Amino acid sequence: MSLGSFSLRINGENRVVEAYPMERLLDILREHLGLIGTKEGCGEGECGACSVLINGELVNSCLIPVAQADGAEITTIEGVANGEDLHPAQKAFLACGGAQCGMCTPGMIVATVNLLNKHPHPTAEQIREGLNGNLCRCTGYMRIFQAVEEAARTGSEK
Amino acid sequence: MQKERIVGTSVLRKEGIAKVRGAARYIDDTSFPGMIFGATVRSAIPRGRILNIKFDDGIPWNEFTIVSAKDIPGENTIALINRDWPCLASEFINHPEEPILLLGHSDRHLLTKAVNAVRVEYEVLPSIHSIEESEWGDIIVWGENNVFKSFQINKGDVDGTWAKADFIVEGEYTTGAQEHLYIENNGVIADFTPDTGLTIWGSMQCPFYVHKSLLAISALPEDKVRIIQVETGGAFGGKEDYPSMIGAHAALLAMKAQRPVKIVYDRMEDMVATTKRHPSRTRIRTAVTKDGKLLGADIEFTLDGGAYSTLSPTVLSRGTIHAGGPYFWPNIRVRSKAFATSCPPHGAFRGFGAPQSLFAMERHMDRVANALGLPPEELRRRNFLSQGLTTATGQEIREAVDLDHLLARAFELSDYQSKRERFNRDNPTAKKKKGIGFAAFLHGAGFTGSGERYLNSVAAMDGTPDGRLRVLVSSTEFGQGTNTILCQIAAETLGIDYDAVEIAPPDTSVVPNSGPTVASRTTMIVGKLVHSAALGLRQTLQSGGLLGTRWTTEEFCAAVRTHVARYGSLRSDSRYEAPAYVYWDDEKYSGDAYPAFAWAVYVAEITLDTVSYGVTVDDFVAVQEVGRVLNPVLATGQIEGGIAQGIGYALYEKVQWDRGRMANGQMTNYIIPTSQDIPSMKIYFEELPFASGAFGAKGIGELPMDGPAPAILNAVSFAAGKDFNAIPLMAEDICASLSAKSVSEEAVAV
Repeated sequence: MSLGSFSLRINGENRVVEAYPMERLLDILREHLGLIGTKEGCGEGECGACSVLINGELVNSCLIPVAQADGAEITTIEGVANGEDLHPAQKAFLACGGAQCGMCTPGMIVATVNLLNKHPHPTAEQIREGLNGNLCRCTGYMRIFQAVEEAARTGSEK
Repeated sequence: MQKERIVGTSVLRKEGIAKVRGAARYIDDTSFPGMIFGATVRSAIPRGRILNIKFDDGIPWNEFTIVSAKDIPGENTIALINRDWPCLASEFINHPEEPILLLGHSDRHLLTKAVNAVRVEYEVLPSIHSIEESEWGDIIVWGENNVFKSFQINKGDVDGTWAKADFIVEGEYTTGAQEHLYIENNGVIADFTPDTGLTIWGSMQCPFYVHKSLLAISALPEDKVRIIQVETGGAFGGKEDYPSMIGAHAALLAMKAQRPVKIVYDRMEDMVATTKRHPSRTRIRTAVTKDGKLLGADIEFTLDGGAYSTLSPTVLSRGTIHAGGPYFWPNIRVRSKAFATSCPPHGAFRGFGAPQSLFAMERHMDRVANALGLPPEELRRRNFLSQGLTTATGQEIREAVDLDHLLARAFELSDYQSKRERFNRDNPTAKKKKGIGFAAFLHGAGFTGSGERYLNSVAAMDGTPDGRLRVLVSSTEFGQGTNTILCQIAAETLGIDYDAVEIAPPDTSVVPNSGPTVASRTTMIVGKLVHSAALGLRQTLQSGGLLGTRWTTEEFCAAVRTHVARYGSLRSDSRYEAPAYVYWDDEKYSGDAYPAFAWAVYVAEITLDTVSYGVTVDDFVAVQEVGRVLNPVLATGQIEGGIAQGIGYALYEKVQWDRGRMANGQMTNYIIPTSQDIPSMKIYFEELPFASGAFGAKGIGELPMDGPAPAILNAVSFAAGKDFNAIPLMAEDICASLSAKSVSEEAVAV
């Protein structure tokens, strides 16, 4: 297979990468573009540490060949904050203790942003369901659920 | 005394902002110019002899750095307790996935192909795959008798109790292996130059353990080996010993290639090759009076240690000491052994042997209560340890521990009594049967016995020329909150703002050896050292006339700047001193096993579906006494995370062994609890400040791993009206048991 040129709009910026079409979007982000906030936990779409938004949908970037993301709008953890200003979800994760070791955190926060986009005031069940593709081994999820509720509250106050 | 301002409050996690932004740099987020990647060729058989190694055509082998055991400049061993664990197999293979060769190349994809193109020919030798096979001794795989270590605790005269007993209750309880499944796999980068020596950056718990191992392997002088912990994405004990192995591998490649080398495992390699929780088998025989007084216990506790001894002796020790649970036994004997088998070595995992033996004791107590016709809580109440009584090792309980109160509180919060009655009434006709069960337990904080004395830990604080205050320790952050808690302690002691204190990166060339980050010892032991070091630093400034009796943070930092400008540096070190009362006899295994215990009662409510045989945990209440809680949010997070791992341990996480190799080494088939599998949890702390801990703190981290499995199995056994004594308890086990004809009770009246 030969190298191709792929256009991605990442966190609001247009980027063009030269890559093999089957290269994982995860590697493109981390290695070609230096966006190391997106993590690899399992490499098979189970853990959600590599979660990003593609055209507003939550996906595991370890399962997406870059060719499939050509022309897409992508949001990674680096695009969640507004410059220095943390997103309500980030603030809430910090305040509620939703981040421990921090490895699942970027994916978890991206999944939270997605959840809050779809359900600005999610029920407990919607939170559990919305995060069920993101594994956390540290927190037992309770602080994360609290953080999502807190983010829903503070986010809507704006 | 001034009211504490920082300790006891939920200040924000020190490295929290970097973590929520995705800016925290873990090992795989780092690279160096000229860096290549390393990969490991591993054994395909459980046991045998290497006859020949062939390199297939089609790979440009001349481009590769290839390291075998012959390239090791020093000793071919990972130096832990014994020196039996080879860094690379040279001739004999003792478990599947044992490292044999290391390959280095700049192209990661080519490396994977190359690993598959190495053909190792073996003479296969017989292997063993259970505690029983190891015990039989027909095949010896380690030492003279397959036994890594044995202990015996003797208190009173157990054999004299059988004749006095109204009931003798016996049982056998087993627990399976458990994979840590930290979300970040093991990884390191090594660099070597003849001038600077060897530097290793990595994901790890214990930089000085890696340092010790690398000295032996590299044969370099102490100051030419430098270990730096970088942000570590979860550990749970899984990064206590293995970083020494992967660190050594990267180091050997770097020394040969003369380039920086990165090794980061993928998930499957991490799961099949690195350590897990020890599987266990516990047999308990107890003598009891008809009114529920425990007279004696004879306990046989055995662990499957895998192929090399690694940390098994100390895991066995902790499991042995905890085997009696939180009860007063006038007579008790615990005999324990860790056996060798032909699977990768089992290692440290949160709880370190205690979850295994406490599971057995807490299941057993429910069964004893059943045999006596007593409610399970009543049997426990009549035998709880309390101030002035002694544990199995003869340690006198000096604290005013009140397990009755913890039990009462847990029952009240979980509505235990009325639920138990209701479930009893409704279950006979229900397809979905409900259960509620509990476990009472204790967890010793700090190293066992004389351990802390041998460790001889040092913590320090220093001031920088620009007036910043730094905590200097080798204690590492991997999610539990080390950075935050130690800075809280320092800031509180110095009387300055939390934000004015930072923690130095754990770099063995910079920080003193404050011991490994294990055994729930960081807050209690290292925290106390940081407290003393901070006091020393404050006194230096005061006696130098730079600080009055009251100060603001700005004044304090100004005093630091002045001191450093005047004298060149400002530093205060503090070394561990055992409390005077701590006495431990290693020979007899008696005395003060731990400086302090944390105590707890956990209640689990479950639903057992008799159609699908699935169990769900519906509600969980955890009441504990852990001394003073220094940061409520972090402490609660520790407990909740431990409970989730405990739920996985009890109901989800089954390592499928295929002749010593984990057959389900993927997240798709080794299942940990997700956000939808976790019940609501209610976490409560009763605070009883511990005099010898920092601001009254004891250990927290491991405690929550001990209680969930027995509480859940007690609840399931109650719901099913049948005993379940083995974990993980999978739906197929429940199906098999409930479809089988009932077996005769093991408890007999005498």
